[in-house]
Amino acid sequence: MRPVEPRLLRQGRAARGYLAVTVGLGAGGTVLILLQAGLLATALAGAARGIGIGALAGTLAWLGVVLAGRAAAAAGGEAAALRAAAEVKSGLRRRLTAHALRLGPAWLGGQQAGEITALATKGLDGLDAYFARYLPQLMLAVVVPLAVLVRIAFADWISAVIIAATLPLIPVFGVLIGWHTRAQTQRQWRLLALLGGHFLDVVAGLPTLKLFGRARAQAEVIEEVTSAHRKATMTTLRVAFLSALVLELTAALATALVAVEIGLRLLYGHVSYQTALLVLLLTPEAYLPLRNAGGQFHASTEGATAAQRAFEILDTPLPARPAPSTGPSDDVDLSREDIALRAVTLSYPGRGRPALDEVSLTIRPGEQIILTGPNGAGKSSLLALLLRFATPASGTITAGSVDLAQIPADRWRSQIAWVPQHPHVFTATVAENIALGQPDARREDIAAAARLAGADDFIRRLHRGYDTVLTEGGRTLSAGQRQKLALARAFLRHAPVLLLDEPTAHLDPVSADWIIAAVGDQMADRTVILVTHRLPPQLGRPTRVLALDHGRLTCIDDRGEAPARTLTEERIG
Amino acid sequence: MTGTPGHGPFGRRIFDIPNGRWYHGRRDPRADRRDPLLRLLALARPLRGQLLLAVAAGAAATGCGVALLAVSGFLLARASQHPNIIAISAAVVAVRALSAGRGVFRYLERLASHDAAFRILADVRVSIYRRLERLAPAGLAALRSGDLLARLISDVDATQDLFIRGITPPLAAALVGAGAVTASLLILAPAGAVLAAGLLAGGIGVPVLAALAARGAARRVAPARGQLAATVADLLAGAADLHAFGAEETALAAVTAADADLTRQARRNASVYSLSAGLSSAIAGVTLWGVLLLGVAATGDGALTRVPLAVLTLTALASFEAVTALPAAAIELGQARASARRIAAVLDAPDPVREPATPRRLPDGPVWVTLRGAQVRYAPGGPAALDGIDLDLPPGRRIALIGPNGAGKSTVASVLLRFVDLTAGTATLNGYDLASYSADDVRTKIGGCPQDPHIFDASLRDNLRLARPTATDEQLADAAARAGLLDWIRSLPRGWDTPAGAHGTALSGGQRQRLALARALLADPALLVLDEPTAHCDPDSRRALTRDLLAATVGRTTLLITHDLDGLDQVDQIIVLGQGKVIQRGSYAELIRPGGA
Repeated sequence: MRPVEPRLLRQGRAARGYLAVTVGLGAGGTVLILLQAGLLATALAGAARGIGIGALAGTLAWLGVVLAGRAAAAAGGEAAALRAAAEVKSGLRRRLTAHALRLGPAWLGGQQAGEITALATKGLDGLDAYFARYLPQLMLAVVVPLAVLVRIAFADWISAVIIAATLPLIPVFGVLIGWHTRAQTQRQWRLLALLGGHFLDVVAGLPTLKLFGRARAQAEVIEEVTSAHRKATMTTLRVAFLSALVLELTAALATALVAVEIGLRLLYGHVSYQTALLVLLLTPEAYLPLRNAGGQFHASTEGATAAQRAFEILDTPLPARPAPSTGPSDDVDLSREDIALRAVTLSYPGRGRPALDEVSLTIRPGEQIILTGPNGAGKSSLLALLLRFATPASGTITAGSVDLAQIPADRWRSQIAWVPQHPHVFTATVAENIALGQPDARREDIAAAARLAGADDFIRRLHRGYDTVLTEGGRTLSAGQRQKLALARAFLRHAPVLLLDEPTAHLDPVSADWIIAAVGDQMADRTVILVTHRLPPQLGRPTRVLALDHGRLTCIDDRGEAPARTLTEERIG
Repeated sequence: MTGTPGHGPFGRRIFDIPNGRWYHGRRDPRADRRDPLLRLLALARPLRGQLLLAVAAGAAATGCGVALLAVSGFLLARASQHPNIIAISAAVVAVRALSAGRGVFRYLERLASHDAAFRILADVRVSIYRRLERLAPAGLAALRSGDLLARLISDVDATQDLFIRGITPPLAAALVGAGAVTASLLILAPAGAVLAAGLLAGGIGVPVLAALAARGAARRVAPARGQLAATVADLLAGAADLHAFGAEETALAAVTAADADLTRQARRNASVYSLSAGLSSAIAGVTLWGVLLLGVAATGDGALTRVPLAVLTLTALASFEAVTALPAAAIELGQARASARRIAAVLDAPDPVREPATPRRLPDGPVWVTLRGAQVRYAPGGPAALDGIDLDLPPGRRIALIGPNGAGKSTVASVLLRFVDLTAGTATLNGYDLASYSADDVRTKIGGCPQDPHIFDASLRDNLRLARPTATDEQLADAAARAGLLDWIRSLPRGWDTPAGAHGTALSGGQRQRLALARALLADPALLVLDEPTAHCDPDSRRALTRDLLAATVGRTTLLITHDLDGLDQVDQIIVLGQGKVIQRGSYAELIRPGGA
């Protein structure tokens, strides 16, 4: 990690303002440190010369002002730094969420969604330490030693030379030791994470372990593993503590050197008592910020690592968007145009075999297609292509005469309604959930769509009807109810194309038949593609049945009959 | 999408768990009522020697720092009187020794405190594990969510901070502060009193205020943070639906609203936190100023000379170094108390199962288990999960238990596996009370797959072998084959050595269940209990798995728990449960008749 991540400092005007205040108060605090030492030396030396408290009243009063100023600068600096952190976190969080969403469901699949949620909330909170501790300390580490050095040089150049010669040793040693221990420390952290994972794994598996009489023996394993970890950690820590010792000794011995040197010169009358006191008070101040910055560096790494991960995600390029006006794209109307796939291949990174392998297919407006095949045959991948969640590796998809890549994704999707295998129920009211694609829809239209989908009855029985807030992904609803909600969502969209991905997979036969019948009734003049591995009863009009196997369209049957080879086994009895 | 704050039950659940209420059971009346932090401290008793060493070294290090400045002041003040060099030679040596001593003692303190903390952590881990081992699974019902369990584990890890930051720095500060105050009192009593007041305010007052402020701030920010986390999670989980329906901007607006709310709270909290920084600095300043004023006045009166004045002032200046770290430590202790409370709650949770004083010896050979009027309540006075059911499991027969969620099916499995005790009725094994056998012994006879079987982050071989560590490769292959898993394992590039991933993520739902079934077959218990073995499978694999497991259990005493009738025509008897009672029993043919299940 770099000492300062410049992109972190460029998160909006409010953050820059607070950062400027932090810097200003840090500089002000530095001046106050110099003034405090001078006033303290004046007071002590004055009192030593026998000047009474009356004559020193001015000095003491000024000292009081300076001390009050330091307290104010400390409070103000921390407040400004924390506010800067809050602004930066807010900016990063919003951009991160928006970017992750725009990267699309294909990118978000797997573990990403959970990681990003954690990153956007808990992860970025680590930036508080970065802004409120590390950054101000880093600044002070640059400014204070220089200012102190200049001040001492004016008072006593010999001491200044000693400090100037020893001061650079601190960062040099620090960096050298840091290099030396970094690999070891990182290995240690990985080991620690691994151990935490192991403990969690064992505890989560306790019922299973007990069932097989293996639970008790695990206590010893845990003891052994933890103790091995302690030994390994202590080896690393010993090195880290030794390095801290080296830094501390350097600073302390340099301070002692200056104190003794100036004491001896004072003894022989080469410097005044006041000057000697000033040098003594200021010398430790020159070393302190450098040592502190080293310590705060570790506190800051958590936030900085989170920020780095956030920037990595923000740097992931968005799927290419076509130029806004590239000819006739605006006029594609899926209620009139064919959708043609020609030799389309789709592969996912990290998987050997393509999910779709040279699939060619023409979907005519208003036709009903049943797409079937075993798990992993590529059925959902075909829908992902039509939804523009994925782009083909080779081959073309056209609507009418326009290549799909020329049509903006949102415009394309506005003509498609989709009922996914696991529809997401948002933390929102039932009505808002149904009106997902039509936020301005009237309540009557929402209720009408729900009625058509067979959802109206159960919605009315909810304690606040259409205004019931659904939470936790709709866990209070049954799978069938969620599916009906998704169906209502799709019906309300009034789109010329309806895609259904296993809408009945988790339903009892009665609900399944109901849903298929509703689709058949309501979508008579629309294009419907139904993915299923059970052949439903007739949809009431000519239906084409397509079968996918290992990413290839293996049979295309236009007569509305089930191809015996693949479907009889799955027919509902 | 509603962006209204306060709608986030998801967030609220994560952040606002009432501490220490994980369990259904009563708290043990003998439970320790001391402060949870003190209870953790008690766990450190075996290591108190090492902790004392850490405190002594810490005090020595800080003390060296204070003494260094004070002796340097003495050196300069005395030198300015131009005495013979002999008069300051001791001070010269002391300055050098103190500067070296500070570093060395700090090093020793760190070594001692970290080593002690890690040793204590190991003890805490093991005692928590032993306790969880007794409680699992019935006593841990409320911990079943992965988040809560993960949080308990991180609570245990957090105890190391308690021992590194919570003990040594405050005690060392107390020792050093006392020393500095004593020295100052000897030089000039009123100045010593001022220093004492200042150190007490800075070392106790500010840390307490800081901890209170942090707690208030955390409480204020928790709902906003929960709301934001829930909104972001909702948006990302529903990303596909949002894209398909063109609702991305609406959802992002909800995130922006939640973020604005959180940022507003964070800005407020910034002021609260910064007050403690300012207050620390102000108290140190006032104290220094007061000591200097009194010292200068005393010097003017002739009561004090320049040498003690310099020592007094510089002592006051340096001694605040001892308390600077305490406010941050107090904030962390406040957070550690919440962790300690959750740990104490686990340690205090009552046993879910009574163990007999002298367990009966298990019979060899087949077992015949019966339940008569069996009733289970998870909480005293709570609803009955099982409400007077009768069940016979004769040797060699296969019985299926079906019913909707919450009907009490899994409770039956828990009773048979001795994970819970009956609150009324009897359970017998070969005619003797099930509770007269030791629970571990019972589980060597009655086994199977628990609901949600855990797949460990280990190889497939290790995952299977845990059911019988002495099993040969042939036995492993045989069990895998009967569970319909062998062909798949052999097709893998790494075969049996394939890692299953954390929680078995490298396996599909069906493969996880088949692995659990293979384990149960390998363990070969006299009574096989299979609890929802087809849960989390897609319909295709559900049907195939049911077929395979019925084939694998022919002739075995089996209790199959499931939620539908699909494929149950081969079992000897089907029992339908509803709301903890038996609603119907009979064969498949009897039950699918009109008016049946």
